[in-house]
Amino acid sequence: MASATFKIWRGDRAGGEFKDYSTEITEGMVVLDAIHNIQATQANDMAVRWNCKAGKCGSCSAEINGMPKLMCMTRMNTLPLEQPITVQPMKAFPLIKDLVTDVSWNMNVKTGIKKFKPRAPDAPDGTWRIAQEDVDRVQEFRKCIECFLCQDVCHVLRDHHLHQEFIGPRFLVYAAALEMHPLDVEDRVEDLRKQHGIGYCNITKCCTKVCPESITITDNAIIPLKERVVDRFFDPLAKLFRSFSPK
Amino acid sequence: MSSFDVPLERGKFGQTARKDFWWVQPLFTFLGLAGFLVYSTWAAFQGDHYTFGPYLSPMYSPEIFNLTGEGAWLGRTPEWMPLWVTGAMLVLWAPGGFRITCYYYRGAYYKAFWADPPSCAVGEPRKKYLGERSFPLIVQNIHRYFLYLALVFIVLLAHDAWKAMWFENGFGIGVGTLVLLANAILLGGYTLGCHSLRHLVGGIYDRLSRRPVRKTAYDCVSCLNRSHMVWAWCSLIWVAFSDLYVRMCSMGIWTDWRIL
Repeated sequence: MASATFKIWRGDRAGGEFKDYSTEITEGMVVLDAIHNIQATQANDMAVRWNCKAGKCGSCSAEINGMPKLMCMTRMNTLPLEQPITVQPMKAFPLIKDLVTDVSWNMNVKTGIKKFKPRAPDAPDGTWRIAQEDVDRVQEFRKCIECFLCQDVCHVLRDHHLHQEFIGPRFLVYAAALEMHPLDVEDRVEDLRKQHGIGYCNITKCCTKVCPESITITDNAIIPLKERVVDRFFDPLAKLFRSFSPK
Repeated sequence: MSSFDVPLERGKFGQTARKDFWWVQPLFTFLGLAGFLVYSTWAAFQGDHYTFGPYLSPMYSPEIFNLTGEGAWLGRTPEWMPLWVTGAMLVLWAPGGFRITCYYYRGAYYKAFWADPPSCAVGEPRKKYLGERSFPLIVQNIHRYFLYLALVFIVLLAHDAWKAMWFENGFGIGVGTLVLLANAILLGGYTLGCHSLRHLVGGIYDRLSRRPVRKTAYDCVSCLNRSHMVWAWCSLIWVAFSDLYVRMCSMGIWTDWRIL
């Protein structure tokens, strides 16, 4: 039976350090299984947030060997076992204890985005008709499990700590899901530019790279929103064209 | 928006717990883009060996002026124009601007040239960050205007590929014809997969089902857009190679083999 060495961050807001643990690895194990082994046998007081163990709840987000990942979806056989595996909490959010961070900032951000506002019903019975191809486009965004790995890897939040000015990729996806929805008539373009700070995104695609749901965050959500901002604020020709177009 | 009651730790430049070769991709991007920049600048300053038979280097197309006036859009180079200004300098700003403001290249060169960030989850050298919301990077928003010019260039380069099939003794196909044809195709794949074009042809609307022509165009552009990076690199390398091919043939170093 193979064994693996882990360097796990232990500590709280007052400070902490990496501590070494070794545990046996069996076929099919994921990092969260190993963390649970260590918690059960060597570190009963280790804080780790988890829930579904199936990559659907987004609770067990952490940084494994420096990359934001879900612990429950990172198989041990994909990691180099000849050197210690580092597991640490997400860097873009305040630490609570060990591997658990306070992600409540994200919930506050969500409340600041204009809500879904449907057009008047299409039918007298108060229902709407939506073509499948129209809803297909936003369906991808609804796969998001709010693990906040994209927020963690985004350098605007992670390195520059611009949490007050930039909502991050997760909420640009959320805004895209609303803004591109075939029923929605709310206008969020000005907010995207001014309050939500979409201009901070410099399209490094790190958010797309770490998304466990493989949402094409940059190409399908952020860039289309940036283009809508360009339409409104940076394209005088389009503005001129719109002013002559029939409403 | 709310903030935190505790300060977050700021990483140092290059600081990361990543154990993979995270520096390889930005390094290759840097070498690739820097190599192209050096070569294209050198080629633009040459001012000669950019035609061979029916072939015209894409870096010098369209030929606005030339010394004899033959085949140039506006005839002979005017006397007031400084001698160091070549035909390439009059045209390269347009496709160059299209690439510099391209969404793919922006992400790539912010990492490779500015280390902003050097790679995902790797510490940055600077503390201040303005992004694309203020000068100078706010200028990137003019990308769609360069797109309009780039679309014209596809037509011009396709015409060059057509002209490359007509030799002194009539229709023919040489290796150079295929080189210029591939150049037009690769540039077409890159330009027609542009994010701005995707938005303009259909992305702007939330209900495309009511606009079947736009829906088809949107699907086609989206299809090319999925491989935008590959098209970007292939077309970049091929433009440089096409210029090199014409240059080498013109200098008599390479022989242009006739296939037909």
